[in-house]
Amino acid sequence: MVKLFIVVTLFSSISGGLLAMVKSATQEKIELQQLTYVKGPAINQVLEGCTNNPLEDRFKLKDGGREIDFFIGEFEGKRNTVAFENAGKGFGGAMGVMVAIDMENDQIRGIGITTHSETPGVGSRVKTDPSFRRQFKGISVDAAFKIKAEGGDIDAISGATVSSKGVADTVMESVEIYKRLKKEIKNKAQG
Amino acid sequence: MAKSVIQEFTKGLWAEIPPFRLVLGLCPILAVTKSLDNAVGMGIAVIFVLVFSNVFISLLRNLIPKEVRIACFIIVIATFVIIVELLMQAYAYPLFQQLGIFIPLIVVNCIPFGRAEAFAGKNKVLPSFADGLGMGIGYAISLIALSIFREILGNGTLTFPFIKYSIQNVLGPSFQPFTFLIEAPGAFMCLGLMLCIMNMLGKK
Repeated sequence: MVKLFIVVTLFSSISGGLLAMVKSATQEKIELQQLTYVKGPAINQVLEGCTNNPLEDRFKLKDGGREIDFFIGEFEGKRNTVAFENAGKGFGGAMGVMVAIDMENDQIRGIGITTHSETPGVGSRVKTDPSFRRQFKGISVDAAFKIKAEGGDIDAISGATVSSKGVADTVMESVEIYKRLKKEIKNKAQG
Repeated sequence: MAKSVIQEFTKGLWAEIPPFRLVLGLCPILAVTKSLDNAVGMGIAVIFVLVFSNVFISLLRNLIPKEVRIACFIIVIATFVIIVELLMQAYAYPLFQQLGIFIPLIVVNCIPFGRAEAFAGKNKVLPSFADGLGMGIGYAISLIALSIFREILGNGTLTFPFIKYSIQNVLGPSFQPFTFLIEAPGAFMCLGLMLCIMNMLGKK
């Protein structure tokens, strides 16, 4: 009877230890892979035309209790643009919105969607329709990001009001994060 | 054991080829055989898990008390499945995105467990290794055969693994893909047809 306990306990602990080892050995690599394949396309989209590799020029900062990855884009020799991801709520669930902000003019440089579970062909157009995303370009961070149905300036995608509102709300939140952390971001970007 | 190691290896390739003869592991068969590259990725993952779990279970077979053998087998198999999952995330992320939940589901798809219970738990290390390798390769061959059939007829393309190259319009540009074959019921149908052909061949 005791033998059963000993064997199962031994098996579980050896297996647990082995898995912890593999996990810690691959963790860094997995993080990099996720950056490249999940966030990478959106980062390259919002920082289009930058002369560095934003995936390598990244740092973490804390906003409240949350850690956020910031990516720096270099334009015309100046490290003046920052991109980061923020999670919002769409129609089908969580949605990741990448926002790039030009720190010299305090303007949005572009937005992109990383992950979403919106309805294919309807809500998913917030990701694929460039004319929707273009509306955010060049807007000051002090503007209110609201869709027209709520009295703002952003044209929602027809049939996808909730998804569009989700994007706008998330961008709104993101600029707040940017305003809170602006000093720290600038320091990190230069150093 | 009357059978030789080579016989243990080759039985998995035809006589007891897993999805057709043992009719195990059907869930991933339906889900991942939509394209050739996914099928190859899944096949490699299953071979890895089967070989390692068979070898380790065979090594430890005298240590494992009969009463808790199932718990112990599951621990060993699950460990190797998670290792495969982590390695795939680290080195083949696009493949991991495609296969998704079906990698962790190898634990419950019954082939590794079935082999552990039926073979590795009773046999020496070398035959168990041969058995695992043979069964794994047999499973991979089945996945590949089904996926080639389904992808060409159901989608009109053929996607090669590793080199990221795919042939468009295998059957000519005017071919209208038979989309039904890409859906899960189509997979069942293909599986049934292949089993039928195998039985016909076997009779002669």
